[in-house]
Amino acid sequence: MSFYELVKNYNNSEFFNQNISNLGVEKILKKDYLSDIDFWKLLQPEAEIHLEEMAQKAYKITRAYFGKAIQIFSPLYISNYCENGCLYCGYRCNSGIKRKKLSENEIISNSKEIYKTGVRNILILTGEAPIKTPLSYTIDAIKSVKDLFPMIGIEIHALTESEYKDVHDAGVNYVTLYQETYQEDFYQKYHIKGPKKDYSFRLDAPERAAKAKMVGLNIGILAGLAPLERDIFFLGLHGYYLQKKYPDIEISFSIPRLRPTEGGFVYHQNVDDKKYLQMLLALKIWLPRAGVTLSTRESDMFRNNILPLGITKISAGVKTSVGGYSDENSSIFDEKNKTNLKISTENTEQFEISDTRSVKEISDYLKSHGFQPIFKDWEPL
Amino acid sequence: MIESDKLILGGVEFNSRLFIGTGKYPQKQMLPEIIKSCGTEMVTVALRRVDLTSPDENILDYIDKSCTLLPNTSGARDANEAVRIARLARAAGMGNFIKIEVISDQKYLLPDNLESIKATEILAKEGFIVLPYMNPDLMDAKRFENAGAAAVMPLGAPIGTNKGLRTKEMIEILIRESKVPVIVDAGIGVPSQATEAMEMGADAVLVNTAIASADNPILMAKAFGFAVQSGRLAYLAGKGDISTFASASSPLTGFLNN
Repeated sequence: MSFYELVKNYNNSEFFNQNISNLGVEKILKKDYLSDIDFWKLLQPEAEIHLEEMAQKAYKITRAYFGKAIQIFSPLYISNYCENGCLYCGYRCNSGIKRKKLSENEIISNSKEIYKTGVRNILILTGEAPIKTPLSYTIDAIKSVKDLFPMIGIEIHALTESEYKDVHDAGVNYVTLYQETYQEDFYQKYHIKGPKKDYSFRLDAPERAAKAKMVGLNIGILAGLAPLERDIFFLGLHGYYLQKKYPDIEISFSIPRLRPTEGGFVYHQNVDDKKYLQMLLALKIWLPRAGVTLSTRESDMFRNNILPLGITKISAGVKTSVGGYSDENSSIFDEKNKTNLKISTENTEQFEISDTRSVKEISDYLKSHGFQPIFKDWEPL
Repeated sequence: MIESDKLILGGVEFNSRLFIGTGKYPQKQMLPEIIKSCGTEMVTVALRRVDLTSPDENILDYIDKSCTLLPNTSGARDANEAVRIARLARAAGMGNFIKIEVISDQKYLLPDNLESIKATEILAKEGFIVLPYMNPDLMDAKRFENAGAAAVMPLGAPIGTNKGLRTKEMIEILIRESKVPVIVDAGIGVPSQATEAMEMGADAVLVNTAIASADNPILMAKAFGFAVQSGRLAYLAGKGDISTFASASSPLTGFLNN
């Protein structure tokens, strides 16, 4: 059964309609392995009163399985040409931003800047523009950074299995792909134009990447696009499904939050800190060995406090404008917080920024909070 | 410690029977103190974490030169990958010891004995001193021996769980039957469990999470150092049997004397 079919089965069943008035959270938290209904119960608003117990459990799990080590990776945006019209994204086709794609030389010089910081894990990002930047463009980019980085990830559009094999052969070890929302009706509402409109093609993309023998898969949603409990439930289920079917693959999650409307666009919900934390903790307790990537867009205070509760990866030295590393005038921005901002026609950024810290600053920050920053965690063979 | 009681692996003598991991500490800078306070002489490092090109300090800089490095093949999903990682580690100057870790299950992090046996056979022939991490199965332990392993490293419980010697019965069998040293790896959560493993006759234990994730890792390292010594001494001393029943006044075999 594909994950698309699994989602359909859950939605067509009575799963979400069953009576869960008696949550029994204390009992659930004593278990090593949760059932799907246990996970669903932890996501309910009524479970929020057990937030402290959930945090204690998530803390213990994280400490045991990941220790006090947090991975650092640096994203490199190589092109912002895009044919999709995702309402929340600064790269969307009609956003009016300046379009740019990096030349091979620019890609090399940018990646060398990242290399100099000591980070050995790079995430290459593009928009989706088959004519301006066909997959061969991304593959060439991967090949030109391959010798510098043992760990290379891509965050690009959903690919076919043979395309995933091609990028894997070129040197990619992990794939980051956000479903954005697992709820098809909401998905269609935000993805109004372009190839990304195809919900099921995207939904089953991580599995195709798994079949292409990736080392890791990072899947995620944008918290706030749709009813959050259900999105987190399906995200967790997706991780579980992939882990069960492809046990050798490292699964991790990203759940960046949308900010309250910044461009007059209204999302489904504004996710407050308490709610966000509950979702993060439930996810961690559901899949203890899955990693979680911290969104650098969170406030300092919040970030400091959630670090020990399940975070295993953090991006640093993040510049969201295309080729931002070798251009001193460009802005810096974070890896995934797609807010609906007012995009200046002068810039090439995808999102607005709130964390502008360099690799050195993030690294010092982790150290001062009792964590060991990990710059390299893979050996290419 | 008894002077003559040394652990010998691949011709190298070890006074300490505690091996430690390095992957989960809050800071690399802590390692020299950890090593000192527990007295370990064997430290395992994942090659995937070693970066000799780093502009920053390297993890190897924090491991005392008197310690033997035990690079491990973390990240390997089959024998072929483990073999390639081992060769890279040796080429990087990390010595002849290699801990084989072939894990193709990211949920429980359980080792793949079959693939590890294959890797052991290849690497032992190339002159590596091979220490494979394994699921405690007697037949597989024999296969590891035949493949040229210098020791076997059965798990007490899945990595990171701190659950102790959940596989105790199986490990006891390996200890009784194995010709090579048995080093309990993974699952040991508190010093008393390390003592228990050593009392049983394990030749050494490897501890990572329990030390690295303690509130005070340096103090915990010290506690483990004592625990391992204590268990070893108890084993050498020959522990008395624990009697479950009081001596019966009318023994069941008493009729034989009538």
